[in-house]
Amino acid sequence: MLTLNVNGRKHKVDVEPEMPLLWVLRDHLNLSGTKYGCGIALCGACTVHVDGEPMRSCSLPLSAVVGKAIVTIEGLSQRHLHRVQRAWIEHEVPQCGYCQTGMIMSAAALLAKKPKPTDADIDESMSNLCRCGTYPRVRAAIHALADAPVVGKNS
Amino acid sequence: MSMNVSRREFLKVSAALGGGFALEFSFPAASMALPGAPVQEVNAWIVIHPDDRVVIRIARSEMGQGTYTALAQLVAEELDCDWAKVSAEFASPNEHFRRNRIWGSMSTGGSMGVRSSQDYVRKAGASARAMLVAAAAAQWKVPAAECTVDKGIIAHAASARKLRYGQVAAAAARLAPPQEVKLRDPKDWKIAGKPVHRFDIPDKVRGKPVFATDVALPGMLHASIAQCPVFGGKVKSIDASAAQAMRGVKKIVREENFVAVVADSWWRANEALKKLNIVWDVAGNGDASDVTIAAMLRDGLAQANLPQARNIGDAPAALAAAAKVIEAEYQSPYLNHATPEPQTCTAWLKPEGFLDVWTSTQNAEASMIAAAETAGLPLEKVEVHKMMLGGGFGRRGGPQDFVKQGVAIAKALPGVPVKLMWSREEDMQHGFYRPASLVRMKAGVDAEGKLVAMHTTVACPSILKVLMPEALNKQGIDFTAVRYFSDMPYTVPHQQVDYAMRNGHVPVGFWRAPGQQNAFYRECFIDELALAAGKDPVDYRLALLKAGDKNRLVLEAVAKAAGWGSALPSGVYRGVALADGFGSYTAMVAEVSVSAAGEPVVRRIVVAIDSGHVVNPDTCRAQAESNVVFGLGSILYQENKVKNGRIVEENFNDFRLPQIAEMPKVETVLVPTGGFWGGHGEPAIQPLAPAVCNALFSATGKRIRSLPLSRHDLRRA
Ligand code: FES
Ligand code: FES
Repeated sequence: MLTLNVNGRKHKVDVEPEMPLLWVLRDHLNLSGTKYGCGIALCGACTVHVDGEPMRSCSLPLSAVVGKAIVTIEGLSQRHLHRVQRAWIEHEVPQCGYCQTGMIMSAAALLAKKPKPTDADIDESMSNLCRCGTYPRVRAAIHALADAPVVGKNS
Repeated sequence: MSMNVSRREFLKVSAALGGGFALEFSFPAASMALPGAPVQEVNAWIVIHPDDRVVIRIARSEMGQGTYTALAQLVAEELDCDWAKVSAEFASPNEHFRRNRIWGSMSTGGSMGVRSSQDYVRKAGASARAMLVAAAAAQWKVPAAECTVDKGIIAHAASARKLRYGQVAAAAARLAPPQEVKLRDPKDWKIAGKPVHRFDIPDKVRGKPVFATDVALPGMLHASIAQCPVFGGKVKSIDASAAQAMRGVKKIVREENFVAVVADSWWRANEALKKLNIVWDVAGNGDASDVTIAAMLRDGLAQANLPQARNIGDAPAALAAAAKVIEAEYQSPYLNHATPEPQTCTAWLKPEGFLDVWTSTQNAEASMIAAAETAGLPLEKVEVHKMMLGGGFGRRGGPQDFVKQGVAIAKALPGVPVKLMWSREEDMQHGFYRPASLVRMKAGVDAEGKLVAMHTTVACPSILKVLMPEALNKQGIDFTAVRYFSDMPYTVPHQQVDYAMRNGHVPVGFWRAPGQQNAFYRECFIDELALAAGKDPVDYRLALLKAGDKNRLVLEAVAKAAGWGSALPSGVYRGVALADGFGSYTAMVAEVSVSAAGEPVVRRIVVAIDSGHVVNPDTCRAQAESNVVFGLGSILYQENKVKNGRIVEENFNDFRLPQIAEMPKVETVLVPTGGFWGGHGEPAIQPLAPAVCNALFSATGKRIRSLPLSRHDLRRA
């Protein structure tokens, strides 16, 4: 039995320590907001926060995250939508949406670290792949958040 | 507004979708209403709740292109309801068949979702409005013509009475629909034509389970699949002893052409799959490679007396008499769709003999037929639950391979829901690829430099031959293989287009804007001709287009918006291209630069589109952006190579997707001229490759005649 701290709650899971975090989230904890896209740490669809850092959960063995605070898209917003999610709705960012939860987790982590990211910061941090071409809107939404006053608890 | 489709027509459709599946299904009589249908259903498309909430049923699929919301806009526009109270739901495919295909086509491809259903969904809205008004008028005992409607509130001014839609919906549902309805002039639209927010976005940003991969059911098991890496091969033998013993593994399912491991989590299933020792019978295709495929296509170009997709005047004679002949060959590789969500299907064969399927499909009718056929059940015993698609791009319509597999696996575990999800590697190597093709174009120019003849020979596998053989024309021509030549708008007096169908063993399919390779060839070749004539590429094209041709309008619009002819920053170069298709007219200007190391950068794209009408300008713009990034990967570096009978690429490491830093600025100019309905899901990808390659020619002096660019040295010579 391993104990995981996911979205502020403790979960006991009886799985192999080498199982990647992604599959524990999706198939054992029923948190399917975190997606599988490539399984080799390239696409970013599986991005979650581990102790505040954006990480690719498809390539993180469970043993590496025991005792760390894991936040998934389901835990990003507590009572209200996170401001990144609100901006994503406002700017109509998602198309198919499959990459978007990972995209949002990366954007939230970027903004937490750099409240006013430059285009170069965005290019560097937003390495999530989007097959649908939402990049211009991702960039616009992040810039809009950088300019907007930060209100509320989920920021 | 009758959605009646005769049994004969329906069988034709199902044959096209399912490859001749004999239907064991009797249809109800002409009556549309189902016993037990909810009373608030005003008609099949519209449900109105007592509290005025309006639910609009959507028959097409949603893959991010916005059809789910756009169709609701069109219905709501005619219904005259309060948009704030409108939501949408997918029509049930099972009910669809039980009600004699009442929702029409469920197919979502060819940028047709809106344009091929706009007429009947608008009529459904208008018809329901008339019934609601009639119900209120009857209650008040006044003529319906004296009633007005504003946002779902019916008013009779003379007696100062009002009723809400929710109050009369049940009574309206019992009325006969009007024989005829008048549709609004699009210039009076209040809901359609506006950039409303898409319905599907809030759940997607929350990470709600909306995709096929998100399906979770009590007791559900997970499956990972291996198909023969060499297309067409079969399972010869398997040694499952190691896999069987692994943790969580429940069953190994062996079928003729695949093996699947079923386990209690997908990771365990997939790990066990890697430990299976499978011996494949490669069916004689183990030697196929890019070399054999190139030879196959080249052989096509060498044939005489090929079927002709267009024959105007006498091109060979005009070429023989021409003052000058310009000739070029262009080619393209195979390309995978690489949908972000891999192919997925959950199937649950219930003890009472009913099959539930959850999948991401571009054609729920085809999914129903594939599932029913595989399960050996009649259609009324099958339901396909339509999920939001994590990308489609043409992959999830015709083949339905993943549905057949999912149901076959569920049959091996009756009573247990099983979710089959392909690994990315499986998805990369078992697609229905955009066809590789080789094309030769010959143009004849007279003594005055006027283009008088064009003779094109296309060697290309046929998508229709694989997926819809009955759609080939009488001469066996696949229109998707010859379009952009067979329907070229340029006025060239002598034209001949020959088609050499050359089908290799690689399965081909509809890849966003099928046939667009030809737009690349044609529009780059036109630039070659303009250069030879010493003409500006925009002027050269305009001179070849008839007065009044809508292609002129978009070309002029894009030239203006892009500042064609104006000065550019140093090192930046422009190219132009034009391509009509999918019901719309599209022209594009690309701005590129090339680094000293030969690295191409696409900086700015300006695209003008005339789709007749625009239902949601924001999603139309998003689709243009989408087409640009989807096309960009295929221009820069994507290709699927073939070696030893199999696809070489495995994942996004060797089939790269562009990143945010590579995304050019996209400016979309919508110039709807009215009077027709064109699509938006595909148009903007058509002129992209030629616009970029024409700009690269300006930048480097190098004429790119094959893609991707990673094959070429772009350093200035
Ligand atoms: S699934 Fe983890 S990076 Fe693609
Ligand atoms: S929105 Fe479809 S992959 Fe990004």
